[in-house]
Amino acid sequence: MPFTMCLAIPARITSIDGNDAEADIGGVRRKIGIMLTPQVQVGDYVLLHTGFSIGIVNATEAEETLALFRELAEVSEIR
Amino acid sequence: MRFVDEFHNPALAQKLARAIAGISTKPVQFMEFCGGHTHAILRHGIRDLLPPTVVMRSGPGCPVCVTSMRDIDRAIAVARTPGTIVATYGDLVRVPGSQTTLERARATGADVRVVYSASDALEVAEQNPDRQVVLLGIGFETTAPTVAASVIEADRKELANYRVLSLLKLTPPVMRALLDSGETSIDGIVCPGHVSVVIGTHPYDFIPPRYHVGCVVSGFEPLDILRSIQLLVEQAEQGTPSVVNAYPRVVHADGNPVALEMMARVFEPCDAEWRGIGTVPASGLALQPEFERFDANAAFDVQVETSPEPPGCRCGDILRGAAEPADCPLFARSCTPEHPVGPCMVSNEGACAAHYRYSTSA
Ligand code: SF4
Repeated sequence: MPFTMCLAIPARITSIDGNDAEADIGGVRRKIGIMLTPQVQVGDYVLLHTGFSIGIVNATEAEETLALFRELAEVSEIR
Repeated sequence: MRFVDEFHNPALAQKLARAIAGISTKPVQFMEFCGGHTHAILRHGIRDLLPPTVVMRSGPGCPVCVTSMRDIDRAIAVARTPGTIVATYGDLVRVPGSQTTLERARATGADVRVVYSASDALEVAEQNPDRQVVLLGIGFETTAPTVAASVIEADRKELANYRVLSLLKLTPPVMRALLDSGETSIDGIVCPGHVSVVIGTHPYDFIPPRYHVGCVVSGFEPLDILRSIQLLVEQAEQGTPSVVNAYPRVVHADGNPVALEMMARVFEPCDAEWRGIGTVPASGLALQPEFERFDANAAFDVQVETSPEPPGCRCGDILRGAAEPADCPLFARSCTPEHPVGPCMVSNEGACAAHYRYSTSA
């Protein structure tokens, strides 16, 4: 994975131990810090940046965005 | 990977691009602030999908690229101080300072270690109690809270040998500086998605009314970027610039309050030097007096001269959106990723590296 300073990638939390958690990043397991997202739960997807979770991915919003993209694409077809 | 692959769909991307072409009548120039966006735009050929009326320009959102040569020289001077270990994120080791690089300083005896995370640097400090461990804190608001977290952790563990050389930088102040300079005409900004996870969307609110420039917070997958460009085109066509969050699956208007609180506890804004841009007021982060004992600036009194930029290198112009990599006479000739002359060719988020790797003109 190329190192990029600003990039964060989605990772699924598999277990939590205080300020630390284990996350599954596309099949690879890693210890990550969750100090910045203390409300995170096992099973959540977080955005992982330089070893820390910096935000939680909202699956409902993700679905809605995808639905919007599909809709926009349809409209472009009709035009 | 979940939440990534779904946003790649090339067929949908083509259709979104067609929709953009369908609504675009006036020529516009948008800046993608973030180097991550620059990388993605070139990698996925998004420029080629856009109608000729829509021109994308890269901005200063590449932490390695905007680190001034003087700061690189300072980092090298710290690394050469006996009894010191410098911990740094990957790309910085290859950026040329005025004389040498951190990588070459390491080859001649300096202890420079590449870390993935600020917590790795903390671990190095714990394992080497008789040495000073200095984390080179580069990055924007995405990274700043993680560095803050490491300082709070070091404080809790009462580590006396962990320090941060803060070269951290802030996004909204430099956006203001670029817009105030008026050097590059910008009709809209693709705002950095992961910076915005931390700071939210409100810090951009001053931009549309004051500069008549739209701000769309964007994700990093091709569909996200195309949608953000589409929104900016709509705003430009209708003359209604505003701040829009096009990355709601991770960005909230108020950002991440925990991360913001931690950042504010550990750091305070300070003036910072940006490569190619100069000193921008309140655009950097310095340690709060309460955490001064973790400040490498206080512990290492290294004086370095103001260093001239490498001759011929146009990174500065590129970071302000005033030039493209192909405008640099050294691009792909004497400057390549193997032998970088300037930082924009070193970092994955640098415009020159991205153009070299992905554009057909290279
Ligand atoms: S091609 Fe190399 S020398 Fe030219 S601007 Fe880019 S980094 Fe600088």
